[in-house]
Parts: sequence; C-alpha cells; structure tokens
Amino acid sequence: MSVDPWLLIVLCAVVTAAIKGVGPVALGGRALPDRATGVIALLAPTLLAALVVTGVAGQDGHLGVGVEAVGVAAGGVVALRGSSILVCVVVAAAVTAALRAVT
Amino acid sequence: MRSSAWHPARDAARRREDDRLIHQDTDTHPPEHARPATTIDRATFRTGLRAGAPFAAASFLLSVSLGALAVDTGFPAVAAIVMSAIVFAGSAQFAAVSIVAAGGGLGSAVVAAVLVNSRFLPMGIALGPSLAGGPVRRGLEGQAVVDASWAMAARPDGTFDRSFLFGSTAIQYVAWLLGTALGALSGGALGDTDRFGLDAVYPTFFLVLLIHELRSGRGRGVAAGGALIALALIPITPPGAPVLAASLAALIGLRTRGDAPR
Repeated sequence: MSVDPWLLIVLCAVVTAAIKGVGPVALGGRALPDRATGVIALLAPTLLAALVVTGVAGQDGHLGVGVEAVGVAAGGVVALRGSSILVCVVVAAAVTAALRAVT
Repeated sequence: MRSSAWHPARDAARRREDDRLIHQDTDTHPPEHARPATTIDRATFRTGLRAGAPFAAASFLLSVSLGALAVDTGFPAVAAIVMSAIVFAGSAQFAAVSIVAAGGGLGSAVVAAVLVNSRFLPMGIALGPSLAGGPVRRGLEGQAVVDASWAMAARPDGTFDRSFLFGSTAIQYVAWLLGTALGALSGGALGDTDRFGLDAVYPTFFLVLLIHELRSGRGRGVAAGGALIALALIPITPPGAPVLAASLAALIGLRTRGDAPR
C-alpha cells in the first residue's frame, strides 16, 4: 500500500462532510419554489434506480453482470411479497453465496 | 398498513395534515413542517430508530466486509474504525479502499469518494429547507444524510422529517461502527467476504427502497430514465458519475407543480 491511510481518511472525511453540508448550509429554513419541489420529489426514485443499476451491472467501470445480480433479483422478489428489508438482504446474500459456491 | 413501516415520516405528515384541516377554522398557524424546528421530537426520533433498524442490520453486514477489506489492504485496524466513524459513507469508503487495495494512489481514491458521494449533493439540497438554525448547525445536521434515512424521511410535500432522519441514521451509524470494528479486528480470519454474498447486500438494499418508492405508481418513468442514464455511463465514466448524472432525470419534475409528482 503506497498511500498513507490516515491522510486518505482525513481527506475522505473532509470531502464527504463538505458534500453533505453544502445544501443545508446554503438553503436552510428557506422554502424552495414549487417547481424545485417537484424535482426533489422525483430524486429518490431516480437516485435509487441508478444505485441499483450501478450496483448490479457495474463491474469496476465495465458493464457486466455477476451471480450477485441473481441474488439481488431474488431479494427483490421477496421484497415484492412484502418481506422486511433484512429478510430481503439475507435472501440476496444467501442466493449469491450459494451460486458462487457451485459456479 | 404496510406503508407505515416504510414511510412513517409520510404517514406522520399526513396525520398532521389531517389535524390541520380539522382545526383550520380556529388555528391560523401554518402546518408544523412549514417552519422547520430546531428541537428533536423524541417520539419521531424513536420511530426513526425502529424504521432504521433493518437497514442498520444490513449496514452491519456490509461494514464487517469493509473492515476486513481495509485491514487486508494494509490499514491499521484502528484506522479502519476511525474511517467509519468520521467518513460514514459506505459506498465511498468501499470505493476509496478498493482503489488503494488495487494499487491506486491517494488522488484517485479521494476522487472516487467524491464521485460516489456526489449523490449526497442533491439530497442535501432537498433536505436544506427542512433544517433550521445557523449555517454551522445546519451543516452539521446535514451530515445525518444516508440513503435509507433520507428516502424514508421524505414527506410527500418535498419537506423532510429531521427528527426521523436523525433516529434512522443514529442506529445505522452505531451498526456501521460496530461492524467495521468486528471486521477490522477479526482481520484476515473472514477471508474473502464475497463468498458470503455480501456484495449483493447494497444493491438489494437500494432495490427494496426503490420498490417501496414506486408503489404509488408515480416516479416510475424517471426511475427508468435514471437507470438508463446510469447504465449508459457505466462503461465510459468513473464510478459515481453515472449516479450523479442519473439525478438529472428528476429535472422532468420541472414540468409539474410541486404537489403533483407523488
């Protein structure tokens, strides 16, 4: 490892705090215009969908799908049937682990 | 009602709205969330704790593998734990540590963390109006944003329940720290945590949140748009950029009035 871990940690902490803090510092207590609120209400599904896609189909900067995609899909099916997040996550991990063991 | 387990902040907001409608002849005050509070509502905080608990359990599993990865990479165990304590951004930590593990330099690790965290920028902008107090206080409160808490604390009117957000994040923070410590201190004993299928945990976590977001039927179009943008950008941009770019799909909301999207 050629990197000083402490320097990396401090830099990551500073940039993360800055990114999380910008919006609240700039926009505290001020109501946004209606049109902006319309955008914000759509941000959650948009960002979550992108996070699912990058988590499943992004393999170190390449498009590709591994066995974990099957596990995630299994977790999604369980979620649609109304199970709690923990059950979904355990099912996803178990299916992935099982497939990885046999492939 | 199943939705109450998922969007307790929304249900609470709906109840307050009902109260307001009932009392509006005698009560001329705006609804509670029109004027952000600076105090924490304990009951709502506890509701947040409960809603955050399953996510905390999932975070715990992930942070065990993060702790193990960091120590494998050459981080002292205490450094891995401190990282989770002061960075507290799971996917950014994974990105930064993975890059160092693969022989990457400090610059690329930090840039990756910035890109992966960039989604917190629009999330913070959305949260901002729901926070009160001075800029320092608001900036500190904004640190409580993590994906699951942010999504669950969102109210249908575009404001956020901050007491709920704090509760939901608090339990995830504790779990994240404990898991990292376990992973770091057990060192190489766990071996390659991918064999436990832990790499499926994060995407599943997001998928479950997404499924519940989309139950109402609205937002499906932008979710599909965001997914396509991310998919198209994965091969050509650094990690993190696809997610930030995908947030642009939400701009379609400009066409609508604030009360329409959900």
